[in-house]
Amino acid sequence: MEILSVKGVNKRFGGLKALDDVNLSIEQGHVHAIIGPNGAGKSTLLNCFVGRLIPDTGSVTFMARDLIGARPHEINQAGVSRVFQTPEIFGDLTLQENVMIPTLAKRDGAFTMNAWTRVDSQGEIRDKAMHMLEDVGLSDKKDMTADSLSRGDKRRLELTMCLVQDPKLLLLDEPTAGMSRADTNNTIDLLKRIGERGITMIVIEHDMHVVFSLASKISVLAQGTVIAEGQPEDIKGDPRVQEAYLGGTHV
Amino acid sequence: MMTKTSPRSDLFMFVLFSTAILTMPIWLAPVGAGYPDLLQKFAIFGLFALGFNLLFGLTGYLSFGHAAFLGIGSYAAVWSFKLLGMNPLPALLFSVVFSSLFAVAIGYICLRRSGIYFSILTLAFAQMSYNMAYSVLTPITNGETGLRVLQSDPRLFDISSQTSGSLISNLFGIEMTGYPGFYFCAALLIVGFYISQRIFRSPFGMMLRAVKSNQNRMSYTGLNTRPYTLAAFVISGAFAGVAGSLLAVTDPLAGAERMQWTASGEVVLMTILGGAGTLLGPILGAGLIKYFENIFSAYNEQTLHAIFSFLPDFMEGPVVSLASLFVGEGWHLTLGLLFMVIVIFLPGGIMEGFNRITNMFRRKRSQVGKGTGHSRSPASATAAE
Repeated sequence: MEILSVKGVNKRFGGLKALDDVNLSIEQGHVHAIIGPNGAGKSTLLNCFVGRLIPDTGSVTFMARDLIGARPHEINQAGVSRVFQTPEIFGDLTLQENVMIPTLAKRDGAFTMNAWTRVDSQGEIRDKAMHMLEDVGLSDKKDMTADSLSRGDKRRLELTMCLVQDPKLLLLDEPTAGMSRADTNNTIDLLKRIGERGITMIVIEHDMHVVFSLASKISVLAQGTVIAEGQPEDIKGDPRVQEAYLGGTHV
Repeated sequence: MMTKTSPRSDLFMFVLFSTAILTMPIWLAPVGAGYPDLLQKFAIFGLFALGFNLLFGLTGYLSFGHAAFLGIGSYAAVWSFKLLGMNPLPALLFSVVFSSLFAVAIGYICLRRSGIYFSILTLAFAQMSYNMAYSVLTPITNGETGLRVLQSDPRLFDISSQTSGSLISNLFGIEMTGYPGFYFCAALLIVGFYISQRIFRSPFGMMLRAVKSNQNRMSYTGLNTRPYTLAAFVISGAFAGVAGSLLAVTDPLAGAERMQWTASGEVVLMTILGGAGTLLGPILGAGLIKYFENIFSAYNEQTLHAIFSFLPDFMEGPVVSLASLFVGEGWHLTLGLLFMVIVIFLPGGIMEGFNRITNMFRRKRSQVGKGTGHSRSPASATAAE
């Protein structure tokens, strides 16, 4: 079943055509990787999915719902979560609070004036948050402020914050960038486990090791258009892909 | 931060706070602050700063026009006296309603921007209110003279329509001056503190701190930040309105200068001086500033001469003339210096100072106990309450 459908999306920044008639179809329960050289428009495309950018033309439909023009919080409430390239977390708050906030957002919606109960009386929410933190191995740091974490841990925290909401679609923008090999492998294992739960994922990635160990389908983006799409094995040998990556010279 | 608080410790804190406030006339007497007029100011401006802190301390939105709500509260209260009689309860109700309505309108517009633009917008609104109160709104505000209650006003529910003497607000026969006036303000400060404490510990309060930390993440987490900030703005405006009405209750007079930008700036100073984002800090800051204002502005050259009379004559003259810059009318200079010292050395205000001292003792004790350097607990660095 198709969960996200992208049809004819164009986006211009002044004279630069960042996205040129992009068509994508994301199947439910699959891990779909979007790869491409720098400046190919991968992040721009992702921004069009979460309401950060509004495409000039085209449509983005998530489970029969039009996402164009929807506000970021509405898109999230519909079931799309995003991990950013540079971790977006609540730096001044503790890890536990960081994870409790999305849990509350999931339960209470975009705005609830819950000013008279205590945070520490929200046992169910806290247990869920703590369970999730244990799952990614951050539970012993629950009282640390998020800013004091290492970069890898910040990414994992952000991922936890997305996962605790049980999203239907998870968007990951270079989830392993700047991570050590060991951390990268841990993240791959974590993402595989998430995939087994049936969460659909779109991953933007440079690291081919990550892409080929996770993705069941790959789209290659170059200069704003999808130049190739298919199974990992097909993509590996595709001459157009090699050309896009290596700049046209034959290898 | 969260692990350190529990319903029990909060109850303890609340009881301790209430006791401290109600016994202020006793323990502030030795430092020369134990008289009702000043105590009333402590309570009123404490409440004002407490409300301001709910906006600035939690969400980080620095309003530079909060005195507008103080003024609106005062005008609403005086109008309540004029129309309904000298009972402070309807006056409070009026003030809350009107300041909240204004806060909804002003907040709705100003909160479209954040950071410095928000501050400038609120400042503009407050200055507009101030100028309008002086000019076009004279029929409502009585312009430069200030709004006061007159013998000829309807005062519908006043039982014994006094015909002579000055009019004083009274709560079922208790006149709201002197100590009864202070205890009335103190009771409201305690109620305000309780509300503030509930908000700090609630999921709503946590969301407000999330606004301060990362609005971007908030919206991608499915939370609409606008209603959260607006709610905080309105609550804090209502606090300011209550403070304004208390000013009118203890002295039934409202003037436009109450809305001037210096008054808005003062509450910012109080909050930062005490410690923005902490529960007690703003009240401490308000108390300290009002105390210094009172003490330092009372000094004059004669008193300085008396103090420095032990110095030889050739030194006494220069010392007195130097010191006189910092007292009397010049007490703002002292305030400025104090503020600079605090912001440079203790950016978290007085509360940070307290925390540093307690942490120092705690570390020393744990070193003695374990014989090794104890690693700093991560929560203690941020625990402000």
